[in-house]
Amino acid sequence: MAEGDCELNEKRKREIAKWFLLNSPAGEIQYIAKDLRSVLNDDKVYNEAALEAFALYNKSHFICLELPDRSGEVLVTSYNELDEDEFLDPRTAQVAIVDHVKQVCTDMRPTADEELSSPYIEEFRCALDAEILKYVAEAYPKGICSVYCVKGKDVEGPGSNFEFVVVISAVRNSPQNFCNGSWRSLWSIEFKEDVQMLEVGGELQVGAHYFEEGNVQLDAKHECKDATIFQAPEDCAISIANIMRHHEAQYLEALEASYSNLPDTTFKDLRRKLPVTRTLFPWHNTLQFSLTRDIQKELGIDK
Amino acid sequence: MEAAMGLMRRIHPKQSETALSALLSLLPHHSSDLLSQVDQPLQVLCDLESGKEYILCEYNRDADSYRSPWSNKYYPPLEDALYPSSELRKLEVEANEVFAIYRDQYYEGGISSVYMWEDDNEGFVACFLIKKDGSKTGQGRRGHLQEGAWDAIHVIEVGPEEESMAHYCLTSTIMLSLTTNDESSGTFSLSGSIRRQMNMDLSVADGHLCNMGKMIEEMEGKLRNSLDQVYFGKTKEMVCTLRPPSEVVLRLPTADLA
Repeated sequence: MAEGDCELNEKRKREIAKWFLLNSPAGEIQYIAKDLRSVLNDDKVYNEAALEAFALYNKSHFICLELPDRSGEVLVTSYNELDEDEFLDPRTAQVAIVDHVKQVCTDMRPTADEELSSPYIEEFRCALDAEILKYVAEAYPKGICSVYCVKGKDVEGPGSNFEFVVVISAVRNSPQNFCNGSWRSLWSIEFKEDVQMLEVGGELQVGAHYFEEGNVQLDAKHECKDATIFQAPEDCAISIANIMRHHEAQYLEALEASYSNLPDTTFKDLRRKLPVTRTLFPWHNTLQFSLTRDIQKELGIDK
Repeated sequence: MEAAMGLMRRIHPKQSETALSALLSLLPHHSSDLLSQVDQPLQVLCDLESGKEYILCEYNRDADSYRSPWSNKYYPPLEDALYPSSELRKLEVEANEVFAIYRDQYYEGGISSVYMWEDDNEGFVACFLIKKDGSKTGQGRRGHLQEGAWDAIHVIEVGPEEESMAHYCLTSTIMLSLTTNDESSGTFSLSGSIRRQMNMDLSVADGHLCNMGKMIEEMEGKLRNSLDQVYFGKTKEMVCTLRPPSEVVLRLPTADLA
């Protein structure tokens, strides 16, 4: 009986540990891990939870790791995951071996032929990658991006549909200023040969956390859709990059508008800056309220 | 305990309830520390006698019952429960009436409750609570918010009178969350909590209620302002660091829209 309790306990503890890790704000999982470890006081449970949770967290946050030879960076996402700890970098045709819990890239290897896209697909992918790189460099001071083929990578020539995913990840951690943030864009592009169209869908997710003597978090999310015509690889790339640039710039404007609406409209529905009377509350003369109430009672108009 | 507070400082304010119950099950021997140091969203109960709603907190709780400030009764009923002295109850009744008007003028709705009790060093403690649902389905007059909650907890320790002066120590916590949602800008959500303290020595000539009320009004104004300007401002700054706004929005060349 006691043993059963203990097992159940461990399972529950592991679930709690995973919950804390998975719900860490962007860029803060290592801090959460450190505190969690000392609260748990059970390295076995912690290590089991960490093994599962870090991998999920890393992929959902599109974390970006430096390659061991310092030749560049690789994104960790579910779209370029070859194996639990292997992530493809199509730009350099290398595979990064990742230690999820330490959040470092420990090794790399060249890609095997079957892991790469066909030359036909690669032509579209490369052209798009070049355009996105240009766009990200101009729009994000510290943005990392990549283009992955998620459907139809072995298509050899015209006649079949295929699908790309573009991931953009921009992270800023500044713990000394008690502030962290992340911008994640996920774009899917369906190349529909049969109808000669490209269908583009975007999911933009922005988070920020400020925690000096408090704990305030922003979560913003937006989805959008667009389409363009199927063209030659370079023309497709330019069209897609333009669509992304347009929607992302529009979204940033919408975010700024949401912020500027705060003080006078949105926030007012929670608490006004000044009372409806537009003067400070008359604490010196609260007797007036009971007098008014007494009169109202006498006149029978008491609510 | 320090690590537990470290976790609470980072975890999303909207998940603080889940986080607290998780910590309570991991650290059962620290449960009273956790419950007193971690502020939770306020709960509300209906006083059946007055038909009014009142706010629950540690300060009006005895066993599993909560005392209503309106009828001075515990729900569920409780025998041998604790009550403030009749003198303090008189001040409590007045404070509830006045604070409800204050609340209405600043919040245009919401629920408020004030509780008072004697403390060990000849003074007393008062707790002023406000809860407002500012969503468009709640009491948001302007209908901008998909979801919007404001919980304020003000605890004032009032020292004994000395030469017609008293020392007031106010600890205030604001917890809030607001979400807007529309087609063009998606969901935009800010949430958080802050806690501040203020100490003052004031003449009791104006009465305790006047002194406490002024301190709370000043504190609420300051907290609202720093949430708006500093805290929300910092998250906006972060967004603009991640992706700086460009003055010119680049338009799609028309050829691409064909």
